[in-house]
Formats: sequence, structure tokens, C-alpha cells
Amino acid sequence: MPITVNIPTVLAGYADGQRAVAASGRTLGEVVADLAVRYPQLAPRLRDTQGNPYPFVVFYLNDEDSRFRGGFQAPVQDGDEVTVVPAIAGG
Amino acid sequence: MTSTLASALTPAPRSPPRARPLRCRSCGADRAAAPVAICEQCLGPLDPVYDPARALPDRATIAARAPSLWRYREWLPFEGDIVHSLDTGFTPLFEAPRLARRLGVARAWVKNDTVSHPSLSFKDRVVAAALNAAAAFGLETVGCASTGNLANAVAAHAARAGLEAWIFVPHELETGKVVGTSVYRPHLVRVRGTYDDVNRLCAQVADRFGWGIVNVNLRSYYGEGSKTQAFEIAEQLGWRLPSAVVAPMAGGSLVTKLHKGFGEFREAGLVTGEPPRLFGAQAEGCAPIVRLVERGDDRIVPEIPKTIALSIAIGNPADGMFAARAIRATGGWAQAVTDAELVAGIRVLAEDTGVFAETAGGVTVAAALALARAGRLGPEDEVVLSITGHGLKTVEAVSGVLPEGPTIAPKLREVAALVEESGAR
Repeated sequence: MPITVNIPTVLAGYADGQRAVAASGRTLGEVVADLAVRYPQLAPRLRDTQGNPYPFVVFYLNDEDSRFRGGFQAPVQDGDEVTVVPAIAGG
Repeated sequence: MTSTLASALTPAPRSPPRARPLRCRSCGADRAAAPVAICEQCLGPLDPVYDPARALPDRATIAARAPSLWRYREWLPFEGDIVHSLDTGFTPLFEAPRLARRLGVARAWVKNDTVSHPSLSFKDRVVAAALNAAAAFGLETVGCASTGNLANAVAAHAARAGLEAWIFVPHELETGKVVGTSVYRPHLVRVRGTYDDVNRLCAQVADRFGWGIVNVNLRSYYGEGSKTQAFEIAEQLGWRLPSAVVAPMAGGSLVTKLHKGFGEFREAGLVTGEPPRLFGAQAEGCAPIVRLVERGDDRIVPEIPKTIALSIAIGNPADGMFAARAIRATGGWAQAVTDAELVAGIRVLAEDTGVFAETAGGVTVAAALALARAGRLGPEDEVVLSITGHGLKTVEAVSGVLPEGPTIAPKLREVAALVEESGAR
């Protein structure tokens, strides 16, 4: 069972219009790298040229902010759900 | 006869305003006006774009307008007539000499948004802007993720505008904040988790249902309402700038927009002189922006909040980076205070100025006192404290530390005994 990545509408167009895509990897960073290979237009919107996350983009791992789990180093396993949320809300 | 009278008294329906187009604050990409707050290119925040050639009013023209935040309409993100919340803003700014003496500064003022209309916090400003954006986009359902004050404001403004409202709050919230929301009959949803969990959920809700979530997809327009506090401070000081402003920080938007607002009035030639040094205040148990300023880098490290200052308990502040930049650019600083200090701050403000503030106000006062002790505010300073919400919303914060007062029989001799005991006579 792969890892499911939920993509916000604003980015779905870069993933063939899909709001949820399957991906694989042992860490969150590997999952993002897997997506980046398959959807090259999505890649620069999820991470910078060094492969690091942007301050504006938050990755939630099973509804928990991945930064509390090691960020892109956070381990993931089959069946996990990753949700990409642009971090503009608040206040 | 009756129908003729009724039609004479009913104002003609106004057509909604047009929202200004947007531009990404990070990469500069342009996009048409829309209920979207993030850039499709880089996911950075979008800001409204103003026509630099638009006609701007002078001081006298502004001063002759109605006392609401719309007297600064040329700096708010709409064209045409606004249709909602016409009477919000223009709260009192008053001088507080006892507080000035306590701080050791030349002069001090309180910008008193505890009496903001209609929901007793500065969130009325941003919601007034957001609901007009909702009108511009034809949205009939609005909502928010909130730590309380925003919930009160969205519920109140939506009720009077006749809009559906979906309000999402953390399940642990002060009674006053919950009652002050549910009285307006919105769909109030209490989410098990912190504000940051609620916020993430609302980003998904806005994406899924297409509602106008004021601090998510209407945020570009919503945030501009905060600038009006800066405009009012400048005008109410007699068209000049203070040397310092101390304001609470939650998501970091207020400090960011105060900086923008003071800058816009300087650019327009309405005020001169240096922009005020901006000082941001947070509770020690949730101070990611303070720590960002102290570290001097550009990346927020999120925190799990642990403070009684629930109204500013945001562990993942969206505008934290921009608030830190505004603070650094003006030569200000950021200060965290303990929960005990914030409670003392609420009492100091009440006893020195007659204003009862909620926890964020206590944080602001306590931070100002700490900044003064550290020498960051000095005897030359003219300081404005931004007090953002009313104390009756968070009575839990102080009720346990205040004396209850004696209970007596309705007999004069018992009063006389109390007077004697107090040493008053």
C-alpha cells in the first residue's frame, strides 16, 4: 500500500489535475523526491533547488506537522498520508 | 402609505465593490483578483496591488470623513462602494501618563481596540475587509480558523451581513470566546487540537468547499484591514508618528501590517519622520517569532503552545518571518513574557488606564515593561501600546488572582467596620 499525498487545488494542475497521488519512499524527503521525478512541474513548488522545504509549504504526516518529526528526514511507511498545505493561513 | 414609507427608509441596494488584483510578495507574479491567497508559482503570499497613480486624499479630506476605518479607503483593497461593516474602526487613542511614568518614557498612549465595534477586538478591522472581499466574489458562506477573537468577529459581522458562517476553534477555549461566538448562531465547530491543527483543517476546508475562509483564502484582502490601526494612530496623534509601538504577535500579521501602514502614510506625505520602532510581544509558552528575532535567521521553528494567552497561541505563525523582518527593519525588538507577567500586565493596564484587556493586552503591557527595564525603551520615547481585545473575553486569566471582596449584611455598621479596617478614615 503506497503513501498517499494530498495536493492543494492550487497545485493540482501540476500533477495532471489530481488532488491525491500515490508515492513511495522511506522518508518524507524521498516521497517528495519521488513526486518530483514523476511531476517535474510540481517539483520546484514543493522544495527548493537544494531539495529543502520552503518556509511557505508545510507537510503534514498523518495530520501532524512533519517539522515535529524531523521534517524531510521523518520516516514514513506504507499507508501513511501526507498533506501539503501552503502555510499562509493564521491569525 | 406604509409601503411608501418603508421604501423611502430602505436604502437602495448597493452593488458590491470590486476587489483589487493580487501580486506575490515573494516572486512578484501577478494574478487577477480572486478568493485565493497563495501564489500558483511559488506558494508565497499574495498581496493586493494598488494603482500608484490613484488619487489620494489629504489630511483635511480624511478628517472630514465618517469615523470608521473606511476613511482610509484609498489604502484598502477595493474599488467602488463597500457594502458590509461600514461602521467599524476609529477606536480611541488616549494618553496614559501613569503608564508612561511606570515605563520611564516621555509619553505613552493606548490604542484601545478593546472597544472595537462590534465584537470588542481588533479582528473587527480585518473581518470588515474580508466580508467586503466575500461580497466582491459573490461568496455567501464565510468562515475562519480562530483562537477566539476572530471567531467573535466573523460570527458578528456575518450575522449582520446575512451570511452563513462556519467557525472552527480549538476545543479548549475560554467560555467568553465561545459564548461570544455562538450567540450569533453561526455553525460553530470545536476541533480537538491546537489552533495550528484548526488552521491546517481550515486550509483544507477552503480548498474543498470553496467558502470564504477569511484568514485562509480571503487572507490577502483580510490582512489589509490591520493597516488601519497604523493609520488611526498617525491621525489621532495629530498626523505624526510615535517613536515606538508595542503590539502582540500571534500569526505576525498585525506587526507586519502596522509597518506597511506607517510606510504608506509616509509615502503619501501625510506624516513625516522616522517610522516607529516596532516591538512584538508574545507569551513565553508560545514565542516562535520572538525566538526567530533573537536567532536572527529567516525560518520559523514551530512550537506547541503552552500558555494561558490562548488568543495569541499560534505555534506556526504564517507571517512570522515578515513580522521579524519588520521588527528588524525598524530597529525594534521582540519580547516574551511569562503567564504570571501577563496577568500582572492586565492588572497594571486596568489600574493605570481603566482599560480591561484580554490576555494579549497583558502580554503587550508586560512586554513593554520588560523592554523598558532592558533599556530598549528610553526616556525620549513616545510609545503606543496596541491593546487588541477586551478583558471580559478571558476573565479566567485574572479571576483567580483578584480579591473577591467581603460579603456583609446590609448594615451600616458593617461598612463602617470595613472602612476602619481599610485605614481609609
